[in-house]
Amino acid sequence: MNKCMERLYNGIIKENPTFVLMLGMCPTLATTTTAVNGVGMGLTTTAVLIFSNLIISSLRKIIPDRVRIPAYIVIVASLVTIVQLFLKAYIPFLDKSLGIFIPLIVVNCIILGRAEAYAAKNGPLESAFDGIGMGLGFTLGLTCIAVFRELLGAGTVFGFTIIPEAYKIAIFGLAPGAFFVLAGLTALQNKLKMPSATNGSASGSVLACGGNCMNCTGSACMANHAQLETRRLQAQEDALAAKKADVAQTQAELSAKLDKKDN
Amino acid sequence: MKELILIVVGAALVNNIILSQFQGLCPFLGVSKKTDTAAGMGAAVIFVITLASFVTSLIYKFVLDPLKITYLQTIAFILVIAALVQFVEMFLKKSMPSLYQALGVFLPLITTNCAVLGAALTNVQKKYGILFSIFNGLGTAVGFTLAIILLASIRESIEDNDIPVNFKGSPIVLITSGLMAIAFMGFAGLI
Repeated sequence: MNKCMERLYNGIIKENPTFVLMLGMCPTLATTTTAVNGVGMGLTTTAVLIFSNLIISSLRKIIPDRVRIPAYIVIVASLVTIVQLFLKAYIPFLDKSLGIFIPLIVVNCIILGRAEAYAAKNGPLESAFDGIGMGLGFTLGLTCIAVFRELLGAGTVFGFTIIPEAYKIAIFGLAPGAFFVLAGLTALQNKLKMPSATNGSASGSVLACGGNCMNCTGSACMANHAQLETRRLQAQEDALAAKKADVAQTQAELSAKLDKKDN
Repeated sequence: MKELILIVVGAALVNNIILSQFQGLCPFLGVSKKTDTAAGMGAAVIFVITLASFVTSLIYKFVLDPLKITYLQTIAFILVIAALVQFVEMFLKKSMPSLYQALGVFLPLITTNCAVLGAALTNVQKKYGILFSIFNGLGTAVGFTLAIILLASIRESIEDNDIPVNFKGSPIVLITSGLMAIAFMGFAGLI
């Protein structure tokens, strides 16, 4: 049971997907126009995440390693379809306001990332709790950003007016506001030196993607990470070999000089 | 003809996939350090989204719709797109090595890019036919390429600027994208 609590803590605080891992940026920016949308998107993703972790973890010994990514995608896509039909039937207004971002949960990197990083290696119970923790962490992140944007953009929180009509800043409710809020958040994290994916991205990588795996999506992340690792090791070996050759050359030169002196 | 042009302009400028729809943000922020890599990514995206729009609309029209299983569209589309990208990669590697060298690195990045699936789903949502779908995909991808190349050139020119320490790195990129989004809002009256 302790391990389950640890998973919850890990997902909500230590490795919060929005604030620390910076995963799933598309829904984070797009669905946080109002607090209700943010909570709705977060909980929808949570539902998919719990069941995808549970199913993938239960099937982890059956799915062959080579086709695991397509298998995960099929599982996640089926779950997303089920959730979408549920939303259409019972909460139609949420389905309308989230629109295309419900089917796009399939390509949300949090889900495939957790499947690959946790559910494929651990038991079903822990994986389900990992899903709950990560999902609630994502919901918390979205809700915070959404409340902030709704407060500044429309002067309301969950629909209740707090700031009078005359003082609202409409741009925060529109597309550019999302970028500004996230920029402010990451700048704040830099200032306070909080752990975040955006702080440690100063790697001068040669890879096209910049080598920052947090900017990567879904299964491509894993594939590219492996590529990056092999390239890094290769570069290290090359550097080492070059150094050795250099040392050998200087040694040869020195001994030649010494020979000349002796003569 | 006029309608096709309107669709392309609408998808590329007015409803720009990144700056107003927020799809495909990951490569937008990740691959925009240099203009030439951004252009390569953009070219690969144009290629894949246009092709994917065509194939998914074919599948929707001739498989999903007649069989009345349109609710399976998400599963069908994501699998088709993943297979398509793999196939394109193999085909280019075998028959057009020069093009593969230019686009190769970017192709695996696109497989699960939400812009591709997003464009395919938008085509269905707006009930576009096959021709309209292709043009909508093309417009979407051109909008993506435009935005990513613009951001890359801005990033290149502000690299040596005196940016406040805390805003170095991703915050300034996000602010730049926010300003670009404001600029793109100006296209709203175009259609």
